[in-house]
Amino acid sequence: MTAHGTTPHQPIFAGDVLAKLEALYPKYPDKRSVLLPALWLVQEARGWVSDDAVREVAERLDLTPSYVRGVLTFYTMYHKHPVGRHFIQVCTTSPCGMCGAEDVARTLVEHSGCGDLGATSPDGRFTVIEVECLGACGFPTPILIDDDFIESVTPERVPELLARYP
Amino acid sequence: MGYPHPIHPRETPVLSQHFGQAAARTYTGWVERGGYQALRKAIGMAPDDIIAEVKASGLRGRGGAGFPTGLKWSFMPKDDGKPHYLCCNADESEPGTFKDREVMRWTPHALIEGCAIAQLAIRADVTYIYIRGEFTEPYHVMQRALAEAYAEGVLGANALGSGKRIDMVIHRGAGAYICGEETAMMNSIEGRRGNPRIKPPFPAVAGLFGQPTTINNVETLAAVPAIINRGAAWYAGLSLSSPKSTGTKLISVCGHVQRPGTYEITLGFPMKDLIYDLCGGMRPGRTLKAVIPGGSSVPIMTPDEVEACPTDYEGIVAHGSMLGSGGMIVMDDSTDLVYQIMRLARFYAHESCAQCTNCREGTAWTTRILERMLAGEGKQSDLDLLLDLSDQMTGKTICVLSDSCAAPVVSGIHKFRADFDACLSRVRPAVMAGV
Ligand SMILES: Cc1cc2nc3c(=O)[nH]c(=O)nc-3n(C[C@H](O)[C@H](O)[C@H](O)COP(=O)(O)O)c2cc1C
Ligand code: SF4
Ligand code: FES
Repeated sequence: MTAHGTTPHQPIFAGDVLAKLEALYPKYPDKRSVLLPALWLVQEARGWVSDDAVREVAERLDLTPSYVRGVLTFYTMYHKHPVGRHFIQVCTTSPCGMCGAEDVARTLVEHSGCGDLGATSPDGRFTVIEVECLGACGFPTPILIDDDFIESVTPERVPELLARYP
Repeated sequence: MGYPHPIHPRETPVLSQHFGQAAARTYTGWVERGGYQALRKAIGMAPDDIIAEVKASGLRGRGGAGFPTGLKWSFMPKDDGKPHYLCCNADESEPGTFKDREVMRWTPHALIEGCAIAQLAIRADVTYIYIRGEFTEPYHVMQRALAEAYAEGVLGANALGSGKRIDMVIHRGAGAYICGEETAMMNSIEGRRGNPRIKPPFPAVAGLFGQPTTINNVETLAAVPAIINRGAAWYAGLSLSSPKSTGTKLISVCGHVQRPGTYEITLGFPMKDLIYDLCGGMRPGRTLKAVIPGGSSVPIMTPDEVEACPTDYEGIVAHGSMLGSGGMIVMDDSTDLVYQIMRLARFYAHESCAQCTNCREGTAWTTRILERMLAGEGKQSDLDLLLDLSDQMTGKTICVLSDSCAAPVVSGIHKFRADFDACLSRVRPAVMAGV
């Protein structure tokens, strides 16, 4: 980013990522159905889905940017803004909540330096958010750090877990 | 297996017998355990005979509604010349439910085999397996198993040399509970927002991509290979109670029990024994206060209702709730029901797709009123207001998410009135002064 305007958009769908996109087409009868997997590819490659990415996806799939944005915003797991280097999701729905999940969430926010749920730590290392049921209610508290699904997290385990994600 | 605990002698491990065994995840390991024999057998059967077998087994949907599986399959048209689709519902997002996850993590080939047999029965070339985005491990395990099944020639344009096409695609969700609703799932696969569709048309007429479609839950499909292998009569004979509740059911138990986990019982198994024997009962010094037996969308049960309740479709209805998904939430006497019900209402408010007014407004207002009560600013009339709201939210919307939010509220107010009264009497002094 320069002081006057933005750097030009570097295409996401090139090389490997383009090959992955093209491998998806035969799996569906139309291009629109490739939208969710295409957005996953974008997020994998760039960490979030920017306006430029929305335009690029739209162009690839013969959709309009506003259509893509409409779908994008329905799904909570796509990041519409940049997030920390490590993205932490902690379940606080009832079954986990009654087994101490709120203490785990609080400890994660404190130790990560995020200060608040949804905020990114000043060093850009972590973002912590609260999410609804992660489908692992018998192992309170489950959390996701990036793609790592970690069960039975207690406040005591938090510092050691965070240390694994530099 | 009461995963992660060893199999309890009173369990009936059919689906769960290989949980916890890493080797069962591989193609070779699965074949060593008798895998893919049922598919070979089904390839030699007429589609209608597969459907007849599943009908005779009494298998009912394990995703929540309990609809007879064979009957659902029989709704699919025959010889219509259209492409047919199977959707496998692996969205598992109902609070308290974590059993499909174990099926996918430990026995991915059981699910692939079940999907393949269902495809033969409903004459579908393709299955879309819709896995919720947060299930990173099950997603990778399933991807690996699917790649193996293709490499071994089990799947593909000429599945097991049968001349039949059996293809499967894993479609990853991206965080939306509502996509577990069958028509929302179809929209999500089609690259749309996950809004449920108005029915009719029903999926068997016009579903995914506008074509005849059947949707089944992971556990339902994973139960099919055993039925084909061992016969409908064997499966139908597995019941401790009603002839309408046959087979085994995975029950995932969470909350305040000593050994939470996924247990497999024969339907009709006493709920009390499930909680006290299999799960080890309450923590020391605690007593049972409430049970939500079938995922958060069903009414809450009292200990009295649990006492003589058989764990099956009819039995739980007779004792004040529903079997639902089999996600059981157990609460002990340390629990404030008002707070837990508020948390559930907040869940539904967060997950409402917002296209129906009664659901969008109702879930949000229910949450707000409960939050207000918990903040010490409640009024006695709030209880009537909540009941009235719940009434407006039941049976009046496109899907039943709205009804699901009302279920714990209504049952909570009726059965756990003392918690609400205690909450209302904790009025903040400042507010008192203001009256
Ligand atoms: C709001 C809502 C969420 C649902 N979530 C799920 C789910 O996560 N998994 C599931 O199998 N069924 C879910 N269902 C039920 C499905 O719509 C459908 O009935 C089921 O997948 C059919 O499969 P079965 O007949 O094998 O049970 C949900 C229904 C509603 C209304
Ligand atoms: S009931 Fe709620 S979740 Fe279901 S379609 Fe209506 S608004 Fe959407
Ligand atoms: S409630 Fe936390 S994982 Fe289900």
